Amino acid sequence: MGSSSSSLNNVPDGQQLMQETGFSAAHLLRLYERFKFLDKDNRGHLRSEDFEAVPELSENPIGDRIVGAFFLPGQETVDFSSFVRVLAHFRPTEKNRTRAGAQPEPANSRNRKLKFAFRLYDRDRDGKISRTELLQVLREMLGMQVTEEQLQSIADRAIQEADLDKDDAISFDEFRKSLEKVNIDHKMSIRFLE
Amino acid sequence: SREGLRGTRHQPVGTGKEELEAAEQQHHGGGYRVVQWEWSYVQTPYIIAIWLLVASVAKILFHFSQRFTTVVPESCMLILLGLVLGGVVLLASKKQLYQLDPSLFFLFLLPTIVGDAGYFMPARLFFDNLGAILTYAVVGTLWNAFCTGFCLYAAKLLGIIDEQVKADLMDFLLFGALISAVDPVAVLAVFEEVHINEMLFIIVFGESLLNDAVTVVLYKVYISFVEVGVENVQTADYFKGVASFLIVSIGGTLVGLVFAVILGFITRFTKKVRIIEPLFVFLMVYLAYLTAELFSLSAILSMTFCGIGANKYVEANISQKSRTTVKYTMKTLASIAETIIFIFLGISAVDKSKWAWDTGLVSCTLVFIFVFRAAGVVGQTWVLNRFRLVPLDKIDQVVMSYGGLRGAVAFALVVLLDGERVKAKDYFVATTIVVVFFTVMFQVGTFPKVGTSCFTECNRVSFQAFDHILTAVEDIAGLQGYHHWRDKWEQFDKNYLSKLLLRKSVYRKSELWEAYQKINIRDAISVIDQVGLSSGSDPAQSKRVQERENGSGVCLDLQVIDNVSGSKVEEDMETHHVLAGNLYKPRRRYQSHYSRHFMPLGEKERQDREVFQRNMRSRMETFKSTRHKRHKKERIPRPTPPRPPLKTAICRGKAAWDLLRPVCLWRPPRSSLWTCSRPGTRASPPWRASPPHPPPPSPSTRASAPSPGWEGPAQPPTPAPPRCPRPPSASRRGRRSRWKRKRRRRSLGRHRKCSRSCRP
Repeated sequence: MGSSSSSLNNVPDGQQLMQETGFSAAHLLRLYERFKFLDKDNRGHLRSEDFEAVPELSENPIGDRIVGAFFLPGQETVDFSSFVRVLAHFRPTEKNRTRAGAQPEPANSRNRKLKFAFRLYDRDRDGKISRTELLQVLREMLGMQVTEEQLQSIADRAIQEADLDKDDAISFDEFRKSLEKVNIDHKMSIRFLE
Repeated sequence: SREGLRGTRHQPVGTGKEELEAAEQQHHGGGYRVVQWEWSYVQTPYIIAIWLLVASVAKILFHFSQRFTTVVPESCMLILLGLVLGGVVLLASKKQLYQLDPSLFFLFLLPTIVGDAGYFMPARLFFDNLGAILTYAVVGTLWNAFCTGFCLYAAKLLGIIDEQVKADLMDFLLFGALISAVDPVAVLAVFEEVHINEMLFIIVFGESLLNDAVTVVLYKVYISFVEVGVENVQTADYFKGVASFLIVSIGGTLVGLVFAVILGFITRFTKKVRIIEPLFVFLMVYLAYLTAELFSLSAILSMTFCGIGANKYVEANISQKSRTTVKYTMKTLASIAETIIFIFLGISAVDKSKWAWDTGLVSCTLVFIFVFRAAGVVGQTWVLNRFRLVPLDKIDQVVMSYGGLRGAVAFALVVLLDGERVKAKDYFVATTIVVVFFTVMFQVGTFPKVGTSCFTECNRVSFQAFDHILTAVEDIAGLQGYHHWRDKWEQFDKNYLSKLLLRKSVYRKSELWEAYQKINIRDAISVIDQVGLSSGSDPAQSKRVQERENGSGVCLDLQVIDNVSGSKVEEDMETHHVLAGNLYKPRRRYQSHYSRHFMPLGEKERQDREVFQRNMRSRMETFKSTRHKRHKKERIPRPTPPRPPLKTAICRGKAAWDLLRPVCLWRPPRSSLWTCSRPGTRASPPWRASPPHPPPPSPSTRASAPSPGWEGPAQPPTPAPPRCPRPPSASRRGRRSRWKRKRRRRSLGRHRKCSRSCRP
C-alpha cells in the first residue's frame, strides 16, 4: 500500500464520484490503488489487455463479457470514473433510503443491478435478449458436452418461461419479472471491505 | 463361521506328554495328523479379517438396491446391521464380546479417516473460510458445552432428571463437553450422501476437525476436576485450563507442520525408490498423529495440518502412480474404517449391561443440543456476516445447524470415562448412544430435501451468471480480503519453502509456468508472428452427449427452498439434468467434490481448462481482428515499448508457445515449431485431427498458494530444441521487410500456410 496517494486529492474527480456512487473515501482510495495496479503502463486508462492480465478472469466463462461491460459502447479505454461507476452497481443496497423524486437512481438500486445483468446478455443493446443472444450466453456457460439440440431446447424453455408477450425475446421488464422473487441484493452485491 | 466368533476352545498342542496323548486320543487315527485346527495361532488376525469382510460385503449388498440407497443413508444401514450382528452375538454367547474399544478407535480408526480428509482438504477454500471455521469450532463448541452442561444440571435440580442419576455440576459439564462436539466421521459420512456446496461443507467439516482441541481440553480439564472434587478446584485451575487450550491447539498444529516439512523434504529424494513413496506419506501422517497423542496435544489438528501442509509439495514430488496409490489407499482405508465404526456402534448399543436408561436425561439432552446448536449458529453467523465476503444466508444456517452431527468420537469418549469417579456413567453412555443414533439416522434421513425443479430454468442460468459476475468483479477489483497475506505467503513459499521441499526439476517447471503467466498473450503472439506462423483455429467441439451420472436422484439446490409444484415431465428432468450437470460452476459455490465413493477425475481442472481454452481462443480472435485495424492506424513508427532483445523474447515466447500450443489447438507445421520441415513435404495441417494432447498444466494450480499440487503432465510437452534458430542479425532486417512479407502473404489468400519449406 503506497503512502503517496493517501489523500483523496490525488483521485481524479474524487469528491464528485463519492457523491455520485456513495463510496466512502477509503473505498475510493482503495479502488484507485487497484486501478493504478491494473494500469501497468501508467496511461491513466485501462484497455482490455489490462483486464486480461487478471489471471482469474481467464477461468471465468463469462469473464470477457463482464470486462466488456466496463467499456462504454464505442470506447476502447476505461478511465477511473467509468471504472468506479460500474463497480458502484455492486454495493449492497441501502435500506430505508428515501430520496427526493428528482434525484437520479443510485447505482446500486435493484433496478440498476438488474439492468447491468441484462446488458450482459443483451450485447447489441437493443433492449431485448433475442434467442441468438441467449444461445450465446448458454453456450458460454455450459460445458463442452452439451449438444446443439440440448442447447436449443434449453433456450426454448427459458424463453417460454420468461417471455410474456410472445415476441420470442426477453425484454427488460420480462427479465425483471422473472426475477421478482429473488433477493437480487444478495446475489448481486459485494461487501466492499476496508 | 459362528463357532469362530464364539471363541471356542482350541485344540491344545501342549508340550506335556499327557496333553499330547489326550489330544491324540481325541482324534482317531495314528500319530501324524494331516490337517490340524490351528485356531489360536490365527485367531486375532482371522477375526479382524472376518469383520472387515463382513463390513465390505454389507456395503455390496447395500448398494444392490438403487432405490434403497436414495432413501436410507448408508450410515443408517450400517448401524442397523451392527445392531443385528450385535443381537446375534449376544444370543449366541450370552455376552457381548465385541464392542467399540476406545483405544482401537483412537489409535487406528479415527486417524485413518481424519488423515484421508486432511490430506485431500481443499486448502484454498479452507483458508478462505478459516475465520468462520475457527469461530464455530471454538466459540460454538464452548457455547454448546457450557449451555448444555448448565441446563442439564438445572434440569436435574428441577427434578426432570431422575434422582438415580448421580451427577453434579462437574459431571454434567463434562458430559456437556463431550456431547457437544461436532463429529468429523459423521459429518463426512453424511455430507457424502447429501450434496451441498463446497463452502458449507468445508465450514462444517473444518469445524468438526478444529473443535477437537476444544473438546480435548475441556474433557481433560473436567476429568481432573471431577477427580479432584469440586471443592478443591481453585481459580488458578481455570486459568490453567485456558492456557492448556492454547498449548494444545497451537502445539498440535506445530507438530503437524513439522511433520509436513519433514515429509516434503523426504519426498524430494525418493526418485530412486518410487515404489515406497506412498509408504512415506502414510507413515509421516500417522506419526504426526501419534506424536501429538504422545504429548497429549490435539492429534486431529496435528494430522490435519500435516496433510494440508504436505499435500502441495508431496503431490509435486512423487510420481503419478504413487499419487494414485496414495489416493486410492487412503480412501479405501478410510471407507473401511468408517464402515467398521458404524457397525461397532450398532453392536455396542446392544450390550445392555453397559448402559442405563433415564428418559428425562435423554430427552433433555436431545432438546438441548439441538436448541443450543441452532442458537449458536444463528448468533455466530450474524456476527460473521459482517466480516465475510460471501455471506451465509438462512439456508446455509439451517444446513449448518442441522448438520451438527454427533458420532463415534463422543461415544468413545464417554466409554472412556472412569465408572468409579463418574457415577452416572451408564446413564451417560445410554444417552450418548441415543444421541448418536438420532443424529446419524434421523437427522441424516430427514436432511432438508428440496424438489428437483427448484426454480425456472431461466432463473437457474441467471443465478449462475450472477455468481460468475460477482466472482469476476471481485477479481477485477482485487477484493479477496486477504490478498495481502496470500501474496506474502506465496513469496515466502516461492523463495524458501519450494526451494527446500520441491524437487529441482519440479521447481524449474513451476518457474516456467510463472514466466508464461507474466507474458501477456500479445507478446507471445507477436513473437510467434515474427517467425511467421500459419495459423488456423479449429474449435473442435466434441458433440458427444455425456450424462453426468448422478449418485442420488435428489438434487439439493440449497440456494432456495421453494415449493414449486414442479411438473414431473420428462422434459423438465432432462433439461434440469443437463443444466445441473453442465453449467460451469463459479468459484464461490462449487458443488461438493469431496467424495469417498466416487472419485471425480479432476472436475475443477477440466472446467478450468475448458474455460481457459475458450477464453484464450476468443481473445486471440479479437486480437487478430483488431490488430488488422491497428496496423492500418499505426503505420508510422509507433513508440515501441522497450522490447527485450529478440532472442530472449523468442525463448520466452517459445516457453509460452509450448504451453499455449495445446491450449490454442493451433498446430505448427508437422515437426516442432523451430526445426525446419523437410523440403518437399507439405505440412499437412495436423490440427484437423485433434489428437489428445497431454493436458496442459492447469493454470489454476499456480494461482493459489497451498493448493492441490502441480499436476505435472504425464509426458512433458515436446522438448524444444536447444537453440533459438533465428540469428540475432535477422532482426536487423527491419520492420518494413516484415510488413512486406506479411502483405505478400496476405495476398496469397486467407489460409496462410507454411509455404516455405525451410525457414532460417
